Amino acid sequence: MNLKKTITIPDFTKSPSVDQVGIIERSSRFQTRSIKNESKIQALKMVLNMIDLTTLEGKDTVGKVNQMCYKALHLHDDYPGLPTVAAVCVYPSMVAIAKEAVKGSGVKVASVSTAFPSGQAPFSTKIDDTKYALDQGADEIDMVISRGKYHQGEYNFVFDEIAKIKELCGAQARLKVILETGEIGTLDDVRRASDIAIYAGADFIKTSTGKIGSAASIPVTLTMLYAIKDYFIKTGIMVGMKPAGGISTSKLAIHYLVMVKEILGEAWLSNEWFRFGASSLANDVLLQLEKQRTGVYQSKDYISID
Amino acid sequence: MDMSKKKIETKNISWEYAAAPESSSHIQLKEKYDHFINGKFEKPSSGKYFDAINPATEKKIASVAEGSKKDIDKAVKAARNAYDSVWSVMPASERAKYLFRIARLIQEKAREFAVIESLDGGKPIRESRDIDIPLAAAHFFYYAGWADKLDYAFPNRKPKSIGVAGQIIPWNFPLLMAAWKIAPALACGNTVVLKPAETTSLTALKLAELIQESGLPEGVVNIVTGDGKVGAEIVGHEGIDKIAFTGSTDVGKLIQKTIAQTEKKVTLELGGKAANIVFEDAPIDQAIEGIVNGIYFNQGHVCCAGSRLFVQESIKDIFIKKLQDRIETLIVGDPMDKNTDVGAINSKNQWETIQGYIELGVKEGLDIFQSSCSLPKSGYFIKPTVFTGVAQSSKLAKEEIFGPVLAVQTFRTVDEVIEKANNTPYGLSAGVWTDKGSKIFNLTSRLRAGVVWANTYNKFDPTSPFGGYKESGFGREGGLHGLSAYLKFD
Repeated sequence: MNLKKTITIPDFTKSPSVDQVGIIERSSRFQTRSIKNESKIQALKMVLNMIDLTTLEGKDTVGKVNQMCYKALHLHDDYPGLPTVAAVCVYPSMVAIAKEAVKGSGVKVASVSTAFPSGQAPFSTKIDDTKYALDQGADEIDMVISRGKYHQGEYNFVFDEIAKIKELCGAQARLKVILETGEIGTLDDVRRASDIAIYAGADFIKTSTGKIGSAASIPVTLTMLYAIKDYFIKTGIMVGMKPAGGISTSKLAIHYLVMVKEILGEAWLSNEWFRFGASSLANDVLLQLEKQRTGVYQSKDYISID
Repeated sequence: MDMSKKKIETKNISWEYAAAPESSSHIQLKEKYDHFINGKFEKPSSGKYFDAINPATEKKIASVAEGSKKDIDKAVKAARNAYDSVWSVMPASERAKYLFRIARLIQEKAREFAVIESLDGGKPIRESRDIDIPLAAAHFFYYAGWADKLDYAFPNRKPKSIGVAGQIIPWNFPLLMAAWKIAPALACGNTVVLKPAETTSLTALKLAELIQESGLPEGVVNIVTGDGKVGAEIVGHEGIDKIAFTGSTDVGKLIQKTIAQTEKKVTLELGGKAANIVFEDAPIDQAIEGIVNGIYFNQGHVCCAGSRLFVQESIKDIFIKKLQDRIETLIVGDPMDKNTDVGAINSKNQWETIQGYIELGVKEGLDIFQSSCSLPKSGYFIKPTVFTGVAQSSKLAKEEIFGPVLAVQTFRTVDEVIEKANNTPYGLSAGVWTDKGSKIFNLTSRLRAGVVWANTYNKFDPTSPFGGYKESGFGREGGLHGLSAYLKFD
């Protein structure tokens, strides 16, 4: 089957406008959905399987990464039949360590790149950064866009950067493009940046680095889902979504799934097309699953921290 | 450019929401409800009762007293007494205290009211819980605040109460409409005789219990139940000084004929056939939400429902596709389920009326789209429906259907759409969707409608006046304007 298609690149200055009041209103509707019993258990397991377990700290060590990778494969062995997380997400320097630690498990290794988190580096550095992560065996690349260039109105620069990184990823890695929506500004800008990333070849669009105060939110994610939907209507090509940062409770995570189901459809409800970038979410989900199984909340001490 | 992507397998996933029913174990419903006259529940003089039916199950949930002339006589007498001896002479700040108390009691009993509203009327519990009941309390709070400030609301005009108000309310927002009518009337120093619609009497009667509990002086609020004949007795009664009616335009015309050559004051809030206008520069996905809320809110039983969609022809195809996608995600069914978006049609009668219009549309050869959802086996349900390619001259574009049926027309220019939107005997509300502020102001000043929403729809607030142009009625409810309907000036 020939997947090649010619797609016209739109004029990004004319990206569809977004009404913030309407977005917030729609967002609150997802949060009134009441998810109970078996649909809750199914959702909790889906959430676990969509998590990119993440450590992105200056103080990351081999020991820390190994411990996190073990957790990725053994979320809570007391509960039989739990899925693993989708991926572990680390800095390029830790890719080889992580790769070895999750070998054979199906858990992917994602590496941030392009001078994460600020993206303030020469393009050649960003290319080297990405090449290194790929050489180390990264299955997924989480790149940041040049927000400074975006605000200077240089949309083509932002586009070309993404397209070039996408080219480097080739058939080896799927590309997640981090918009850092907290720096991008209004929802109109979130929409425009989403369009740029999608048309430049992103396999996933991702909200945030987790390194600034403002992280993923339902309104921002909803705006990005609409961009994905419009692209799908136009081209038939699916693009994934990854909200990252600020999602630490099961309830909120389930409402994200409600939103994905009602905006994009159930086809997006797997870790091929939807991820959570989160470090503490998994444990809250485990607590809730144990509550559903045993009828009581357990002490957090029964669940390992990493 | 080459856009080939790594081939990713898409799994077949199915994730359904499990039933999430709101409990009804906490509500207290009597088997039989009498009239509420002079602070007491009184048996109907006819001795007859009619059934209150849950439209989602077609099962009887209570018996309700059938009113007659004698009952209205008693109620009006009680209201007149209370007006003369207590309510009109009480210091306004004291009146306010009672209204504040009623507002707080509604909040305290909000959950019970919400459940009964959904059981009796078929609307989704999400709406009765999040919209109807909180707004009803908000109206009492709002007008309580005005009670002792009327001189400031109308400076130098010496506002005075009118007397006894006869209030007849519809079945689409039973408790909320009762609050819209009772709160300003009482705040201005009038007493009332109120008749709820015969298919939705229960929350008004629960309100009567609450009013009893609040210690409101006897006879200030009287509630008599029954059908249109009882309403006619109120309208024609000599002891009533003011009529406030919300309902159909036909009945509104009848009321005007009846009270012609009398001293009675009147406000009428009647039907509508609102235009919801979407321009090509609108935020499309939010406009879709507004269209869906505009027509499927409360199963389309809304006088200000956006039942005519005008979409600019250049975006018609994508807009209709997205609208259909959105309609597919609406959850239709058990009103008591917390996830239900569209509940039951209020009565068998209304169900038949709406079905009649749908059949007419099909017969006219219009393109019909209905949600592929399945409907419950019993109860009165109708799938969210859209007719496209509707002409201005079609009955579906002209007549108020009062159900979940949207008629879609297209337009080319601003002048054309204004002309078409105004080309109706109604004029209650309209919606405008565009990213351009100047276009909004141009339209709002030229649309002949009492309320025009811009980039939103069906927003209600007690501070905002509501009412119609042309055959949608006259007089305003809500806000400062809502006070003047219950006052006379020197």
